[in-house]
Order: sequence, then structure tokens, then C-alpha cells
Amino acid sequence: MTRSIPAEDGAKLTSAPARPRPATDCDLVAAFVILAALAVAPFALAAIGHDFWTDVILRAMILGIAAVSLNFIIGLGGLVSLGHAVFLGIGGYSVGILADLGIDNGPAQLGAALLFSAAFAWLTGMIALRTRGVHFIMITLAFAQMVYFTMMGLRQFGGDDGLTINYSTTFGPLDLGDKDVLYYVVLAVLGAAMLGFARVRRSDFGLLLKAAKGNERRVSAVGFNAYRYRLAAYVAAGTLCGLAGFLDANFTGFVTPSAMSWISSGELIFIVIVGGIASVSGPIAGALVFLLIEEWMGGLTVYWHFWFGLFLIAIILFARNGLVGLLNQRRPR
Amino acid sequence: MDTVLFVNQLLNGIQLGLILFLLAAGLSLVFGIMDFINLAHGVFYMLGAYICATVAIASGSFILGFVVALPAVLVLGLATEWLIVRHFYKRDHLDQVLVTFGLVLCADTAVKYLWGPQGLSVPLPAWLGGQVALGGITLPAYRLFIVAVAAVVALALWQVIARTRVGMMVRASASNEEMARALGIETRMIFALVFAIGAVLAGIGGIMVAPITGASIGMGNQIVILALVVIIIGGIGSIFGAFVAAIGVGLIDTLGRAYLPSILGAVFSPSVASSAGPALASILIYLTMTLVLVFRPSGLFPPANR
Amino acid sequence: MTPALQVNRLNKYFGGLHATRDVSMTLPRGELHAVIGPNGAGKTTLISQLFGELRPSSGQVLIEGRDVTHRPTHERAGLGMARSFQITTLVRDLTVAENVILALLARQGHAGRFWRRVDRNAGLQADAAGALARIGMPATQLGRRVSDLSHGEQRMLELAIAMVGDPTLILLDEPMAGLGSEESRAMTRFLAQLKGKTTVLLVEHDMEAVFELADRLTVLVRGEVVAVGTPAQIRDDERVRDAYLGEDA
Repeated sequence: MTRSIPAEDGAKLTSAPARPRPATDCDLVAAFVILAALAVAPFALAAIGHDFWTDVILRAMILGIAAVSLNFIIGLGGLVSLGHAVFLGIGGYSVGILADLGIDNGPAQLGAALLFSAAFAWLTGMIALRTRGVHFIMITLAFAQMVYFTMMGLRQFGGDDGLTINYSTTFGPLDLGDKDVLYYVVLAVLGAAMLGFARVRRSDFGLLLKAAKGNERRVSAVGFNAYRYRLAAYVAAGTLCGLAGFLDANFTGFVTPSAMSWISSGELIFIVIVGGIASVSGPIAGALVFLLIEEWMGGLTVYWHFWFGLFLIAIILFARNGLVGLLNQRRPR
Repeated sequence: MDTVLFVNQLLNGIQLGLILFLLAAGLSLVFGIMDFINLAHGVFYMLGAYICATVAIASGSFILGFVVALPAVLVLGLATEWLIVRHFYKRDHLDQVLVTFGLVLCADTAVKYLWGPQGLSVPLPAWLGGQVALGGITLPAYRLFIVAVAAVVALALWQVIARTRVGMMVRASASNEEMARALGIETRMIFALVFAIGAVLAGIGGIMVAPITGASIGMGNQIVILALVVIIIGGIGSIFGAFVAAIGVGLIDTLGRAYLPSILGAVFSPSVASSAGPALASILIYLTMTLVLVFRPSGLFPPANR
Repeated sequence: MTPALQVNRLNKYFGGLHATRDVSMTLPRGELHAVIGPNGAGKTTLISQLFGELRPSSGQVLIEGRDVTHRPTHERAGLGMARSFQITTLVRDLTVAENVILALLARQGHAGRFWRRVDRNAGLQADAAGALARIGMPATQLGRRVSDLSHGEQRMLELAIAMVGDPTLILLDEPMAGLGSEESRAMTRFLAQLKGKTTVLLVEHDMEAVFELADRLTVLVRGEVVAVGTPAQIRDDERVRDAYLGEDA
């Protein structure tokens, strides 16, 4: 959908000074504060005897990684995918199916998760990225639904009941079944993903994606093939989300097709938007808010989804730039 | 092949297709005219079913439930449009997806609060509950009733849009909003009307399906995705396209579920075939949409004016 | 010598509408060639086909003797072709610097670096300032968001971006539309100094500027070439006066 904005025909010929951009700085500060807080959270929570919340935070970090990956395509690329959660499933089932076959070798499971996610993103991206707007929304949904129904139909891997993973992934002495180990592995991956996002956003590649989002015609007029760069971003995002799925499978010890449903993909979009689209700290902020609301409100009332829905509508109506946007006057970019 | 079974499955497929059409028609109009993607369209389907079920259980009359539910859904549709939806016509699709996602969460939970988590089953009057013999094949009367009602609604909708003054205004607003406004058409009114009529059509779908599947929470969430698939296949904004695609999707889904397990059973073990069959039928639908998008990006029957 | 641009019997149909009819033209290197014609003559349609944004129904487009009829826009840009648009197509959400740098990256072939920071790259920032300086925009404009620029500034920026990397062939679609008289004069001066160095195809309604600048003109009416010649020849051409100039006068 294009919004036509009337050209400003005023006599603003006097040159204005370059606008400083405090936005990004606030965003980065928030990112470091959140990461630091996450690093000490297990000790603090153990000290006050609220270990349960460590699990909630761990899950939020895994969702945060998935949301960072989605932010590459929604935030930088402007491409709304309603099927991104499929990569959580692909990463998860890579662990689950290999474990089911008795292979608990860490590098093999990780390699499979990354490889299958990347291959799926590449194959579907080649087709999906030829479409725009709502057609892109629907075609990404369609690819996700195909995998969703495939796993529903494969009874030998649990079908709609899901697949229990009895062996956790091990890398030599490093056992991801150990919650403490997993926590810091996930934190490291999250930190690296956020750093990577911050860097790419400022890079040649990021500029190109943002420009293609704003005006595709301009990008090809200067001589770039936007499709290739979008495909690269799509594959990178899918692979990173596959990694999140790999970690999630180790965390829950369980994979189910419902992780790939369009509702899950909708939740990922929600996390990105609530946190602040195209920002570094937004995805983890959004994921924490999402899970804290779920746990907190879920404890207060069984009808918490109602308030959650209202919260979502209010955010979209009144705080278009998300929580990080509230920190800044201008939208971070 | 068993002819009686086949005819019954065919009827089921057409019935599912017509229900899908009732949802897709509204979705397609709202999308084609207001450029609004409405994930909450299935909410009206669910509300139609619940209101009808409540009245039918209280009064013992399904028909009374039907008659009460229609204006109720109309009012709810107008209220939703006025309170929330109209603020989003000019926003991008991302915002629309999210706000209607929020609406789905609210509506599903509100229904759970009001009616409980169990769901309701709807009693049918005796004259609709029986079987009808047609040329030696017995068919369930209620399925025929659904087909008849939906066909009448579809025909009426088509006539209204093609022939009447209101339909002309709707078409004018769809092809060029500014032009329509210049011609003195109150587009805001038209938009509200189109949204509410879409809601009522979805409500009719929900009402009619309720005696078969009952009214349950989230019943609209899967079917609204199917209806979206239908309008993409048919061509956004095209009622005729939505009709053809809906019948096609209904048949693929129903016949696939009915026959794929036995076809797969020839190769795989029965337990594999019975779970893989329905999954494959669903996959076929999405595969169809993908192929349509690749080879005919604007759908099979794109409206002539775009 | 191979002409910079050669067009052979180009045709474009939009359904029943014959928008480009058997258009042929040859632009020797360094020529400033204007295409004029009444509204709806198909000038923008022609440019879009030359730049690969519209696919012609039949005919050929050659750049430096190379057939590019079926090559996509970004490849033509890579061959040294540039275009400005009638409706500005700058990326409104980005800054002036980012818009210019985008074109610089394309010309330098520095496309896919994930890691290098654009905003801290002094070389790119200096080059961007240089590109603005060429069309007389001060470097202080670099940090402004494009959506904050005036219409005239946007047209100038559009031209600055088209000029990045010294294209050998530049298509300008009504660069003076909507400019004030002072800005128009600046634009005319700028185009005049391009003459002989860059091949320019100029679509413009400002007849005074066109007749002052152009080496040769092509007159397009209803998609068809009715006359080609020097400004003097065109001014005296009966058919042109009947078909076109007469309407305006």
C-alpha cells in the first residue's frame, strides 16, 4: 500500500542544519542495559528465590532471537512475513528428528538446523520475494502452512501430538540440557544477533534494504538488483530463526507443529512491533514484555488474552514505534 | 467407487465451498475496496454461530436463532468498523494484520467469558434433520438446505453488486475512491456498509455451519485463513473469482480428506495414510495458491477495473 | 562511431492503445537531444522503455551498440545509463546523504558489504558532498531527511543522484517541472555545461529552455515521431506547428 504524501512546496530553500540522531543512541544504550540485566538475572532471581522466572526469561531470549531475525526482513526490508515461525519448527524438528534417530551429536544437530533453515529460506524466498505486499504475506503463510501440515501428517514423528526429545544436544563437555549452560549460550547468541543487527543496519547492505523498502524503483535506477539483496536477508533471517528453534527444542525438550502455526508467526510480528520496528533493543524488549504479560496476567485471570488483545490494539493505535519508540522522539532507523 | 459416498462427499465439498464463499466474499470486498486485510473476519463467523446457538437453545427454534443473529452481527460489524477498523484503512498492511490479530484475541476471550470454554451444539428442527432421497441417493436434508441458502445469498449478492445503485456506488468506490467522492458518493458510509455486510455474510456462514460442527471458540481462525487463500486464488476484489476459488478449495479439501487416505493406503501403512491424507489435502490447497501467485499474480479472475 | 543510444522501430501497446509507434532515433555521443510533444504523446512511456522499466512490444534499444532490449533496469544502469523521474522517486525516509551514497555504492560496485559502516565512512561522505556540490547544493544538506526538502531541492537532488559516477547516457524526464524561475535557470545552466560531455535525452515542456539547450529535437505526437531536426529546423517545420506548437500558441 502506498501512501501519497503531498510534496512540500514551501519556500524552505534555506539550508537546515543536519539533524542529530539521538534515537539510535538511546536504542543501543537500551540494548546494552537489557543484555547486562539478562546476564545477572539468574543470580538475582536465585537469590530472592524466584527461579521460575529464569525459565520465563530464557524463553523470552529465545523468542527474542527469532524476533531479531524477523526484524531483518520486516524492519529493514519492509517485507511482512506471516510464516516466519516455520523456521522455529524447522530448527526444532532438526534436533527432534535426529535425536529420535539416536543422533545427539551437537554439531550434526546444529548443522542440520542451520542447513535446513537456510535451504528452506532460499527455496521459498526465491518464489516469495517475487511478490509484494499482501501477496508476500500470504505466500509466506502458505509455505509455513505446508510444513505445518506436513508435520501434522507425519505420525512417525509425533504428528499433531508433537515430538518429545529425550536426549539434549551435546557439544563435547557442553550439554545444552543443563539449564545454566543453555541460559548463557542463548544469551551469547542473542547478544551476537543484536550486535549483528546493529551493524548491518548501518552497513551498505542495510542501506540498500532500507532504500528498497522505501522506493524499489530508485534502487534499480541506480543499478542495484534489490531482489538479490532481499533474498540474502531472507536466508540470513531464516537461518538465525532456525538457530532459535534449535535452542528452543533444547529448552523445552519438545517440538510440535503448533510452533509453526500462523498464530505463532503473528506473535513474532507482535513482538517486533511492540518492541519497536527496526530497532536493536526492540525484539528482546518486545519478547520480555510478551512473556511477562503472559505469565503475569495469566496468573491473574484466565481471560488475560482479552487484555492482551486490547494492549496490542492500543499499541498499534497510539504507539506506532513501539516501546523503544517511546524512548525517542523520532523513530530509530 | 461407491457412488452414494462420492455424491455425498461432493455435496459436502460444495457445502464447504459455499460457506467459504460467504466468508471470502466479504473479505474480498473489504480488501478490494478499502485495501484492508482483516484477520478478524472469522470473528463474525464465530459470533453468528454463538448468537444463533444461544437463541436456538433458549427458544427451541433454529430459525428464530437465524433471524435474531443476523441483525446482531450487523450491529457488531458496524460497531467494530466505527470503533477500530475505519482508523486503519490508510495504514499499512502490517498495522492491519496486527490490529485484527488483537481483535481476534479479544473476541475469542470474550466469547470464552460469556459462553464458557465448552462450546455449544445447536439443535436442528425435525424437518431439516432428516434425509432426502434424490434419484435413488439419500442426502442429508440440512446439507442441501445450506447449499440452497448459500446459493441464494451468493446470487443475491451478485445481483446487488451488478445491478443496483448501491452496487454501482460500491464498484465506483472500489475502482477509484477519489473519483467516487467527486461524484458525491459518501465513501465513509459505503465503507461502513461494505464492512458490515461482509460481517453479516460471515455470520450467515457461521450460523449455518453451527448445527454441524457446533459453535466453538476460535472456530473462525482456521477458516479465515482458508478464505484469504480463496480470495488470493480468485483475485482480490472479484466476487466471481471468490466464488469459483471457494468451490474449488472446498472440493479439494473435502475430496482430499475423503479419498487421499485410501489412495495413500495403497502405498503406505493404514496408520500413516490416515494421518497423511488430510495433511496432504491441506497442503494441496496452499500449493494451489502458490502456483497461482507464481503464474497469475493477480489471481485467476482479477476484477476488470484494475 | 557507435552512437550512444540507438532505438529501432520501438512499439508499445497497452491493450488497444498504441502508445509508442515505430519510434526510431539515434543519439551520437555527447548530443543533447530533446524529445518534445503534447501531453499524452508518450514521452514518459518512451523513457521507461529505454530504461527497461517497461517492456516494449517490439523493436530494439541499443546502448553503445549493445542490444539491451531485454535487459533489466539495474543492468542498464550498470552500463552507464541514468534517469531522473518526472515524479521524484527519492527514498523519502532516508537522508540526502543516504540517497546519494546509495548511488555511489552502485557506481563503485560496493554492493554487498554487511559489515562496513556507511555512516562512518569518511570517503563516502566526502564523495556525497562532492556530488551535491556539482549541482550547487551545500554539504549542510547532507543530514536532512528527503521528506523535509522542498520540491525544488528534491528535483536538484534527483539530478545530483543521476549524475553520480558520470553516466555516459542520461535520460531526464521533465527536470524543470514545478521549479521556480530561479531554479529553472540554475538547471538550464547545469545542463548547458553537460553538453558535449554526456549524452542527454531531455523530455521537457519548458520550450525556451529546450530550444536554447538542444542540439537536436525529436517531436513526438500520439506516440509517433513527426519530425527530427535542429531547433531551427523544428521551429520552421509546418507539420510540427500544425500538430503541436500551434496548439500551445
